[in-house]
Amino acid sequence: MTVIINDEGFSTPEQEITYERADTLNKETRALDISADQDLNAFSDYLETLTLIRIEFSSFADGRGFSLARILRLMGFSGHLRAYGHVISDQYAMARRSGFDDVEVSKALATRQPEAEWLFRSNWSAHDYQTRLRKSA
Amino acid sequence: MYKYNDFDHAFVTSRNAQFREQVNRRISGALSEDEFKPLRLMNGLYLQLHAYMLRVAIPYGTLNSAQMRQLAMIADRWDKGYGHFTTRQNIQFNWPKLQDVPNILDALAEVEMHAIQTSGNTIRNVTADHFAGAAADEIADPRIYAELIRQWSTDHPEFQFLPRKFKVAVTGAKQDRAVIHAHDIGLQIVEQNGKPGMRIIIGGGLGRTPMIGKVIREFVAMDDILPYLESVVSVWNLLGRRDNKYKARIKITIHENGIDEFSRLVDERFALIRPSFQGFDQTLLSEISDAFDAPKFQRFDLSAFDKRYQGDPNFRSWVDTNISAHKQADYAIAAISLKSHGETPGDASSAQMRRIADLAKTYSHDELRISHEQNIVLPHVHKAHLPNIYDALRAIGLATANIGLISDIIACPGMDYCALATARSIPIAQDIATHFDALKLEHEIGPLKIKISGCINACGHHHVGHIGILGLDRAGVENYQITLGGDGTETPAIGERAGPGFCADEVIPAIERLIHFYMNERLAPSETFLECYRRLGLGPFKSALYETDQSKVRANAA
Repeated sequence: MTVIINDEGFSTPEQEITYERADTLNKETRALDISADQDLNAFSDYLETLTLIRIEFSSFADGRGFSLARILRLMGFSGHLRAYGHVISDQYAMARRSGFDDVEVSKALATRQPEAEWLFRSNWSAHDYQTRLRKSA
Repeated sequence: MYKYNDFDHAFVTSRNAQFREQVNRRISGALSEDEFKPLRLMNGLYLQLHAYMLRVAIPYGTLNSAQMRQLAMIADRWDKGYGHFTTRQNIQFNWPKLQDVPNILDALAEVEMHAIQTSGNTIRNVTADHFAGAAADEIADPRIYAELIRQWSTDHPEFQFLPRKFKVAVTGAKQDRAVIHAHDIGLQIVEQNGKPGMRIIIGGGLGRTPMIGKVIREFVAMDDILPYLESVVSVWNLLGRRDNKYKARIKITIHENGIDEFSRLVDERFALIRPSFQGFDQTLLSEISDAFDAPKFQRFDLSAFDKRYQGDPNFRSWVDTNISAHKQADYAIAAISLKSHGETPGDASSAQMRRIADLAKTYSHDELRISHEQNIVLPHVHKAHLPNIYDALRAIGLATANIGLISDIIACPGMDYCALATARSIPIAQDIATHFDALKLEHEIGPLKIKISGCINACGHHHVGHIGILGLDRAGVENYQITLGGDGTETPAIGERAGPGFCADEVIPAIERLIHFYMNERLAPSETFLECYRRLGLGPFKSALYETDQSKVRANAA
């Protein structure tokens, strides 16, 4: 069982989603699971038809997912981006700033890091040097 | 100097609140030590051999007197009354208690300082030429760009969990005092068709696989700098190895993939990233630039200085050795050596810090610099005030005239503090300094950089020492390997390993053999150790190093 975390706090995942992997990706695919070593150029043709991409974090210490999310956004993906796996509450702001919409973690992790600790970082758009530096002159 | 704006203040305050909360959660158990570790590291808190160590950022090595006084206060209140200045222009406190650290961070914030990203797998504190804004050979003040990069890299959401640490250094001068060839990225301000930009050097580094950086771009326009840096780090974040921390640094990524392929990937990423920067970074740059305007220089009568210089050989020696040329006539850059013979390189007591702060306030337009060679610099001093400064420094034991000489040694903390160390560094540095001071030879030897690391990670920069000393553990006994001919300046070179190492009590005689050989062989006193080494090569120096029969050395040299 997993928990979905966004700016409002905890919720349970949608029941009906079936994620496909990159090797079975086609124009009918709506939800895609990718790992941190995925070459994103492989699905530039599918960014319009995909509605949900879930990027796996096998360890919270592996920050590749943040760059992948950012690149997908820069490539024009406007669907839903989800960080999945070992993400900790201290990384919530990083995930949101990198382009993720929400985070999906195990029940066990959500128990150890309860909702309040994630909500503590839900003001992720405040104090953000990156947004500031990128504004127009 | 740069002053925090409202945004910077609010950022540091909220970051400190987050860390206070993280410390509480670590104490309550909500965070595992594994999870707390990267969080404390990205806030500068290490766990060392005996205690926690807090590494405080001194961005581009610049401090004002109020900041220096606050560092002294922190040393007295929460540590043991001293601080250690490091090779990356930081200061380390060696004995803070975990529960005090949030209070220390708040005290730092009061003077616009922090410990953010001084460790961890993040973009580290950006360093710069310690003569910035004062040097005669400068195109532009590198701190302007270092500050912009500080803001860009601070809390960058993509780059808090990189494959490994990432170090950036900036210089605005031809003469490289910032070791830009031994950084993950070294930036040199250059001009093309009258427009300023950056020459970009990538993939340098010391550590267990020392490499001199390669030029990836001869010129990047100033408004492309942040997107270019972001592209480099983004490419490396995805491409850098995560299976082996010793192969994770960007120098290895470039070595394994080739600079051409890496450069192609950076260009591809740059095309994506560049449009997301819409111009405010350049507005900010011009605000930052105003903050680094040159101080209002003054005129004073020089006759007292001239008289003292003529009449006092000790003062003259200090001036000749520790003073560098300033861009402004009658001004000087005065280096305060933290290498008093027999003391720990880079350490300063709280009393010394306060006195140095007074001197900066009175005589140096309220500015101080920390050099990567672990000394302190008064960057804007009128020569008329040098006698007063010298007398004040003498009174606190900081008037040693040894900048750039054999006792001006870089040494890592070594086994006296560091959990990674395999040998002691500090006592070796102390012994070398004391020994050559007793012989009264160091001025005769001339410019010589000795650098000592207590383990293969090379924090003491031994690879770029003219004489490098690497302390290892050989079956439980400290063993010191000598490298020769290293150079961390604009003519960079990695030192060559001379051969088998020496045990601790053989190091001084070994160095002495090298020095005697050099002094006998040099064409004139003006030929430096490094020049002499480059002329003769490793072979003859190696023979001198391993020939313990002094009569043969003398015969060979004759």
